[in-house]
Amino acid sequence: MTLSTTYKQYLQSKWKVAPAAVGLAPLVQLEEVTVRYRMPRERVTSLKDYALRWLRVRIRYSDVWALRAVNLTVFPGEAVGIVGPNGAGKSTLLKVMARVLRPTDGRARVWGAVAPILELGAGFDPELTGRENIYLNGAMLGFSRSKMDKKINAVLDFAQIGVFIDAPLRTYSDGMIARLGFAVATDVTPDLLLIDETLMVGDIAFQQKCLNHLRALQNEGATFLVVSHNLQTIQEMCSRVIWISRGKIEMDGDPIEVINAYTNTTECDDTIPIPREF
Amino acid sequence: MLSPDYDSSLPRRPLWDEARELVRYRSLLTELILRNIKTRYKRSVLGVTWTMLNPLLTMVVLSIVFSHLFGFSLPRYPVYLLSGLLIWNFFSQSTVASINELVWSSSLLKRIYVPRSSFAVAAVGTGLVNMCLALVPLGIIMLVTRSPLRPALLFLPIALILAGMFALGVGLALSALAVFFADVVDMYQIVLVAWMYLTPIFYPVEILAPEVRWLLYLNPMYYFLETFRAPIYLGKLPAPEMVIGAVTAAICMLLLGGWLFRRKSDDFVYHL
Repeated sequence: MTLSTTYKQYLQSKWKVAPAAVGLAPLVQLEEVTVRYRMPRERVTSLKDYALRWLRVRIRYSDVWALRAVNLTVFPGEAVGIVGPNGAGKSTLLKVMARVLRPTDGRARVWGAVAPILELGAGFDPELTGRENIYLNGAMLGFSRSKMDKKINAVLDFAQIGVFIDAPLRTYSDGMIARLGFAVATDVTPDLLLIDETLMVGDIAFQQKCLNHLRALQNEGATFLVVSHNLQTIQEMCSRVIWISRGKIEMDGDPIEVINAYTNTTECDDTIPIPREF
Repeated sequence: MLSPDYDSSLPRRPLWDEARELVRYRSLLTELILRNIKTRYKRSVLGVTWTMLNPLLTMVVLSIVFSHLFGFSLPRYPVYLLSGLLIWNFFSQSTVASINELVWSSSLLKRIYVPRSSFAVAAVGTGLVNMCLALVPLGIIMLVTRSPLRPALLFLPIALILAGMFALGVGLALSALAVFFADVVDMYQIVLVAWMYLTPIFYPVEILAPEVRWLLYLNPMYYFLETFRAPIYLGKLPAPEMVIGAVTAAICMLLLGGWLFRRKSDDFVYHL
């Protein structure tokens, strides 16, 4: 176990996470996880090109290390924020947890269902109606039709699409699609929710609603991981913040401490949280 | 500690693991097939009817063109032609759809885990559903031409499953390749045209010179065509060597395609 006992105690005291939940099995455990993107120096996209180059000379690659030997354990009930400059490996980290990317080296283990909030439009079909897309999206998260039948009212309620729910998705605005995506992912109550910046779409009222909804989920003991450049949101929402830089965990712990340390470095170009008066 | 739902360090057991994952995600397969059927003719007036009309109209055109050429040696030529067209369309449409589906899903596969082979399986599943719909006009043509309706027709599901396995194998192999090389789709389209003419879909086997006729046995689609056509056109069970050929081709291609796909599927995300 990579987490120290003091950190567990800290979690229990500060964030009122049930002791059993923290003491119990982790939800995600990354051990020495390394991800290497191998980019061909010349872009080879056709079979003919490939054959020619292969015959002539070996294709040369340059390696990009998105994650280098990352150790991380996430326990049930935690709200983890991930900060870092562009290209630090934040999204790659989420992809490893979502089992989208198999690490080049190291071991990633996940206990339970993981649901990423899908990017605008990903996994939606423009020709299907909003309702049909909810079922399709739910199935992609691993939920059967009968399970979705029970959830559909809650999803519809949250997304507030109204009468357009039976119109094709191509007639929707971006905001409506975003609301639908958020509603499906959060209402199916996964064990771990992965949020990659998508939260920041839609109007302010909806953003606020999303935040409130996430807080409610948090109180019910849901676990989530948020990647964002909006440090204020991270600081407000998260019980733990991880700062990633060049594929390595720079710092891991109390939100205020980590965000302060991060904003004091030159690599930070994010919005600095405004100290609140009240 | 409970065993994890996902462990990246476990060795990959190519086919078995993927099959188990597909069973777990069976609702996704249903939803994808439903979507494919719903959206195919979504904006058209006739809707799903097109699935039945399309092969029928192609058959009418080709019948007019070719019945003068081959009609004398092939009685009830429309039945001969339509049965060939249906099985060929099933194969070509399912395999092309497998490739396109995987490319469509690229933004999805970068964000969320679903069994990567779902898209190829759904493409073949959609093909099978369309095929079943298209059997309706075929039945009508059989009745009109007074074709024999014999118990041998009960063999059709087996013929379709075998053809489906073969199409899935080809679809998996090609879609795995298409992720890395974008020109696979275009090349395959050309191969399909040549392949169609090399398969006796609208001409009788007899027009081939006896000394080259054995070449047909190298064409796997010949076996699937014959196992599908014999019960419909002749009212007989297909010849044993055709069934053996179809079973062998189906199993070999499915294993090969599945192996290739699984071997490459973890790298898809790096390339999509």
